[in-house]
Amino acid sequence: MSGVVGTDKLLTVEDLRVSFPTRTGEVQAVRGVSFTLGRERLGIVGESGSGKSQTGRAIMGLTPKHAKITAKTLNFAGRDLLAISDRERREIRGKRIAMVLQDPKYSLNPVSTIGRQIIETLKTHERISTAEAKARTLAMLEAVQIRDPERVFSLYPHEVSGGMGQRVMIAMMLICGPELLIADEPTSALDVTVQLEVLGILDKLVAERGMGLIFVSHDLRLVSSFCDRVLVMYAGRVVEELPSADLSKAQHPYTQGLLNCLPTIGTDRHPLPVLDRKKEWAL
Amino acid sequence: MRTNVLSVRDMVVAFDDFVALDHVSVDVAEGESFGIVGESGSGKSTLLRVVAGLNAFSAGTLTINGQSYSGRSRSKDFYRTVQMVFQDPYGSLHPRQTVDRLLLEPLAIHGFDNVDQRIMRALDEVGLGSGFRFRYSHQLSGGQRQRVAIARALILEPKVLLLDEPTSALDASIQAEILNLLEQARKDRGLTFVMVSHDLGVISHMCERLAVMKSGKVVETVTADALESRAFSADYTRQLMTASEGFRRV
Repeated sequence: MSGVVGTDKLLTVEDLRVSFPTRTGEVQAVRGVSFTLGRERLGIVGESGSGKSQTGRAIMGLTPKHAKITAKTLNFAGRDLLAISDRERREIRGKRIAMVLQDPKYSLNPVSTIGRQIIETLKTHERISTAEAKARTLAMLEAVQIRDPERVFSLYPHEVSGGMGQRVMIAMMLICGPELLIADEPTSALDVTVQLEVLGILDKLVAERGMGLIFVSHDLRLVSSFCDRVLVMYAGRVVEELPSADLSKAQHPYTQGLLNCLPTIGTDRHPLPVLDRKKEWAL
Repeated sequence: MRTNVLSVRDMVVAFDDFVALDHVSVDVAEGESFGIVGESGSGKSTLLRVVAGLNAFSAGTLTINGQSYSGRSRSKDFYRTVQMVFQDPYGSLHPRQTVDRLLLEPLAIHGFDNVDQRIMRALDEVGLGSGFRFRYSHQLSGGQRQRVAIARALILEPKVLLLDEPTSALDASIQAEILNLLEQARKDRGLTFVMVSHDLGVISHMCERLAVMKSGKVVETVTADALESRAFSADYTRQLMTASEGFRRV
């Protein structure tokens, strides 16, 4: 199945730059990233330090205050994300753009029950009664395939497993019906067999609700099997953009290197090919 | 028939009510590269820790290099034979010691001579060079730290290397470098590897034989070739296999 690619542009990013002042000078984490996103699944791949997470955070508005963030365009559904007030930003964040982070152990509030935190999200953005909020929360927990939503509703985050925690996180992020979901390594902290379940749930919900998705990950193969289009980042820049189906036709040596260096079952390559990083890639 | 350098029989490890290892038996031949795969909580790391003497066990037998062990105590000789590399390169190096000091310590403990030469050689072998000798671990990247950890393990010229997820904290391209380095070291020194990982791809690349573990039990032991030709019987192995092939839209 190929993804439903909407013609309307949900998000336009042009020349996005994020830099952090440090004692030894400015560290440029993102250096001129541009892309547009419709109601489709876009993957951003890169290794640690490539700027992939900072790109996602800049869109979500989670860049630390001391960082410098500039862009020619950072437009979400007709609104300039860099020009709007903090208040407007808060209205968008959680309601229209949502984000799933890597590890539910750290991204859920440890001192509040799961049900309470999901209701909190809902009540921040919508004026509804507590009874209705609870009903919708339970329905959402069911949608992420939690078998006993009533029980999980009253549990604390430390009482559930990693896979369950990530489902709760997805439920919390999707309950307000966002138009864009940013998933930053949503399954990296999970066991391999649980990963597939969580990805399946995420995939189904994104397709059903017609959301745009930005999937940030270090795993090129995973991203390409999940997304319609892939951006490959290296040293703060996009070095290659290609449709997932054409992954084997990747042109940039970095993309090819990333694909080649993984040990797989059934291929006998000793030693494994390693990446020969060229200075000009980072220019 | 090669002799077994490591033999674990009916081992039981329990933490209060939780049984981490439930009658586990594993044999590793000399010069072999043996893998252990499983999910978190399957007991794979516990098994390695028991072998290294970092955890005690309550039942079963443990024979390493012809000698039986029952508790956690290990002789100095043991650590000359068996060394371990841990998962997190950020947590396994002393933050206030230079690389030189880190490598000197095992040599001093075991009374080696030619200390200077050995440190230089160890650094060369892991591809770091003498420029790294007087740096602190916080000045190194994750991959470089793991190289130091490997150098520290190899500097005592052990026979057996216990590897607990040595590359899972590293980027894919760095992982390839570290795996190549380990393979080369094994070839040069005729080492025996016992390697734990959650990644079936890594294990099948590195190991000749592997044990699949789940909730404290060994589900099955297969050869890497059998894995390739899918000649395994356990359902759980199949699940792991499917998971390692990546996401598929149904």
